[in-house]
Formats: sequence, C-alpha cells, structure tokens
Amino acid sequence: MTLHELLVQPFTEFGFMRRSLVACLALGLSGAPVGTLLVLRRMSLMGDAMSHALLPGAAIAFALAGFSLTAMGLGAFIAALGVALLAGWLSRITTQKEDASFAAFYLMALAAGVMIISAHGSPVDLMHVLFGSVLAVDDQALLSVAGVASATLLLLAWIYRPLVMECFDPGFLRAAGGPGATVHLLFLLLVVINLVAGFQALGTLMAVGLMMLPAITARFWVQDVGPLSAVAFALAAASAWGGLLVSYHLELPSGPSIVLTAGALYLLSLLFGQRDSWLSRRLALRAHRVA
Amino acid sequence: MQPALLLSFLRRWWPAWALALAACHAQAQQPTASPPLKVVASFSILADMVREVAGEAAVVTALVGPDADAHAYEPTPAAVRQMAAADLVVVNGLRFEGWIDRLVRVSGYKGPVVVATAGVTPRRVNGEADPHAWHNPAHAQAYVENVRRALASAAPAQAAGFQARADAYRQQLDALDQRTRAALAAVPAGQRKLLTSHDAFGYLGEAYGLTLLSAQGWTTGAEPSAAQVARVIRQARSQQVRALFLENISDPRLVQRIAAESGAHVGGTLYSDALSHPGGPADTYLKLMSHNLDAIRQAMAP
Repeated sequence: MTLHELLVQPFTEFGFMRRSLVACLALGLSGAPVGTLLVLRRMSLMGDAMSHALLPGAAIAFALAGFSLTAMGLGAFIAALGVALLAGWLSRITTQKEDASFAAFYLMALAAGVMIISAHGSPVDLMHVLFGSVLAVDDQALLSVAGVASATLLLLAWIYRPLVMECFDPGFLRAAGGPGATVHLLFLLLVVINLVAGFQALGTLMAVGLMMLPAITARFWVQDVGPLSAVAFALAAASAWGGLLVSYHLELPSGPSIVLTAGALYLLSLLFGQRDSWLSRRLALRAHRVA
Repeated sequence: MQPALLLSFLRRWWPAWALALAACHAQAQQPTASPPLKVVASFSILADMVREVAGEAAVVTALVGPDADAHAYEPTPAAVRQMAAADLVVVNGLRFEGWIDRLVRVSGYKGPVVVATAGVTPRRVNGEADPHAWHNPAHAQAYVENVRRALASAAPAQAAGFQARADAYRQQLDALDQRTRAALAAVPAGQRKLLTSHDAFGYLGEAYGLTLLSAQGWTTGAEPSAAQVARVIRQARSQQVRALFLENISDPRLVQRIAAESGAHVGGTLYSDALSHPGGPADTYLKLMSHNLDAIRQAMAP
C-alpha cells in the first residue's frame, strides 16, 4: 500500500468520504472558536448538556413530521434554546448557579426525549441517527453545516470583543456598561446552532466531541484566543481526516473514529505539548535544577 | 294465553316453528362439535400459513412473533406453557429452529411435530441445507400440503373444510407466482442481478432466475464503517448490479449516497424470516412475498 493509497485515495475514489470530510471541516471551522470560548468560560460541559437537551425537540419533530432533517433540526434548536434560556433566566432570578439549573433541565429533557422515542418506536432507529451518520451527509446537510459555519463566524466577529472581555473580566465589562447578558445569550445561541448543525452531519454526541476535544487540546500548545481557535481548527481537521481514514482502513464506525482520533491527539498533547504538558514540566524542572 | 288457544296456534303454524326449532338446534350444535385445535407454529410465517388452512378450526400461536429473529430466539416460560397445552406443533425444519427439540422435551409435549418442509429438496449452501425454503412459492405449496395433512389427521371431522381452504390458498399462491413471472419477464435475464446483505433469499433467486450476490462483509453492526460502505459501492460498480438491498441501514440518506455513487437502485426492506407487525406491509405470507417481489422488480426495472 503506497502512501497515496493510504492517505488520499479513499477520498478521491469515493464521494461520500469527501462529503464527510468537508462537513467535518466546516463543523470544525465554527466549532473551534465556539469550543475555545466555552473552555475559557469554564463551560466545557455545557456543550454536552446542550446536546442532550436537544433530544426531545428532535424526537417530537420526528414523531410529527417523520424523518425530515429540517423538522428535526428545528425541533432540536427550539428544545436546546429553550433549555438554555430557562437555565439562564433561572440563574438570574434565583440563587441557583447556572450550571445547576442547566443540569436539572437537560436531565429532564433527556428523559423526555428517551420517553418520546420509545413511545414512537419506529422502523427508522432515531437513536442511530442521533449517534452518527457522518457517512450519509447529503447536499442539504452539507449546505446547512456550511451555512451555520459562516453565520457563526460572522456573528462571532461581531460580538468578539465583549465576549472575550466577559471571559476574562466580567466585572470590568459590567462596570463599563457592556452588553454582558446579551452577549452571553448570543453566545449560547451560537453553541446551540453549532450543535444542531453537527447533529445533522455527525450525530449529536459526536458533534460535541469534535467541538470540545480540539479546543481543550489546543490549550497545550498556545495561549491566546486567536491562536487557540486556529490550533483547535487544525486539530479538528486532522481528527476528521485521520478518523475517516481509520474508519476506512480498519473497518471501524466513522463517528467514534473521528472523536477518538481527536482524543488521541489530546492525550499526545497532554504528554508532549508545548505548554503545561508532562514533557514541558519535566524540561522546566530540569532547567530549574541546572540553573 | 289459554292452553287451548296455544295448542291451536301451534297446530296452525307448525311448519314455521318446526323449522325455527331445527335451525336453533343446528346452530347450537355446530360450534360445540369440537373445540378449536391449539396449534403452535415455530415462527410467524408458518403460523400465518396454518391460520390460512385451518380457518376458525384452530387457534394458532407463533413462538417467534412478527419482526423477531428465529435464529436468535430464546424460549420463554410462556412458550413452554403454550407448547405443553398444544394439540399440534408445526416447525419449518431443515435446522431452522435449532432450539425446537429442547423445547419439545422440556414442555413434555407428546403430540406430533409436523415438519413443513417434509418432501422439499433443499438448496445446499456450503454443504448445509438452506432452511429458508418458503421464499420459493413452489415450496410454499408443499408447506401448505404438509400443514393440511397434519390438520386433517388431528381433526378428521373437519378434513373437508381444510381441503377447501388449502385449495383456495394454493390458488392464491399460484396467482402470485404467475403475476411475478409475467412482471419479471420484462427484465432482461442479464439484468436480474441484485446485491443483498441477507443470506435468506437463495430460494427466491432459484425460483425466478435472479442472480443474488452477497454484500461482502456487510455486518449487522449498529453503524456501518467507511470501509463497508466503500466495499459495497465498489462491488456494485464492478459487477454492474442494478439493485441493492441492504439490511440495517436505518438512515435513508446513507441509502441515497450509496445509490448515487454505485449507480444501482437501492430498494427498500426485504422481509426474510418474519412477518411485519399486523398492519405493516408484510403481515401475511402472501403480502410478504408480493412486497418482496414488487420491491425487487421495481429496483431492477430500467
């Protein structure tokens, strides 16, 4: 097997491989900055909670409209946004922390989703769709992923300054009369639409993996928000490419292959990254001793 | 009414009341003639055939119900109870129900175990008999005859009724067979190729001159790998298959992708080892066969 056959040929021979790769690249492009900001805002688990929260919406849409990605996407969007807004609102009017309200609502949403799916036992296994169909990306899914990626990048550019400021110094932003609450809300909206787009292409849970793992891994290499997002995108792209090849050559399911490739990159960075890794700590220690 | 009046009334109208009484008597006698036979069939398709032949004369239960897999069946306590109470047990044979002997022994059932494939010459796959013989309508005729004979010896009083119902059913099977042959005649012999992930349709191919290729390495795992999808596409391209039938693709978009890249038509579900649930597209054997044959014909149509 030549290197070309190993790394490139699957993509040149099969259209579905190219589509899967492009969908992942688009998701990575918008997911990287969103994931990075989630990590910086200490909301790394928020993506996971959101991805469960969208389940009942998708399930109800499925029960009403059948297997329509538009309907399921819309239902998922409404459900996840509803949970996000409720949790945010409750954290403002009660003394509960936002993450606690989030946990309460997403757990209810998850249970409701499972209940609805079980009640409407259908020939099309909805869980299968939710867990992954990265090989089945069609024109519509590709367009919606690309559209969401573009919209995300534009919206991020618009709210970038107050958003980053709120990450590092929310007190200052409030003192300066900045639009803290609005920005937070818009950011939650971005998280939701990225997850919904990801769910159409990758399956919900895998979409969270592609968003969060590269963003967390990037912290082992660079420090600032811009470079963090860039490195996170590079890692997401590498995971998508590597994961699809692993799935192709080793006969493994594609969604988990992609996320586990991202996980492997995380573990490697944990050991050998530039900042804060096992290796850099050892080197720093040695330098300290020599000095 | 005075007794004299009643008497004269009865005398005047005697033909009417005598007739009515006779009718009442006949009506009362018919259902009590014999309680319905309790028949246990091993799986849903066989149970449907038994029902067709027996009509009202039997209560038929299937051990492996609709949409369930007979290969992976685990006998339940309820099945043992049904079996123990049965008058007649009907199985497919050809080692389709590997668990049946054990179940019969455990339940203490002492009656006859009727093998529906008795007299059928099985296909050989790697030296072993292929049990899915019902997919050939000609063999289904043999099933019906075996079932009829067994029912007739279990309830000889109703043999004539069984004969009439079996004849009517066999005519329906014949009609389906004729219809299918006529429809498939439009497809050139060289184009009657289909690629399937089922291993159950050998008899169907044999009956109608279809070339069945098996989708290599298509496992029944939850999510297909990129390798599996790529292999099916490559195989369909190289062997110029016109119709693909793949199990376990629950995502219609993946089906469309494979179709777009292989140039083949991806057909719907083929029912192999079980009927669909009542109200589904294949809730009787006749519907199952015509559903499968229609799907295949449509997929192969140019």
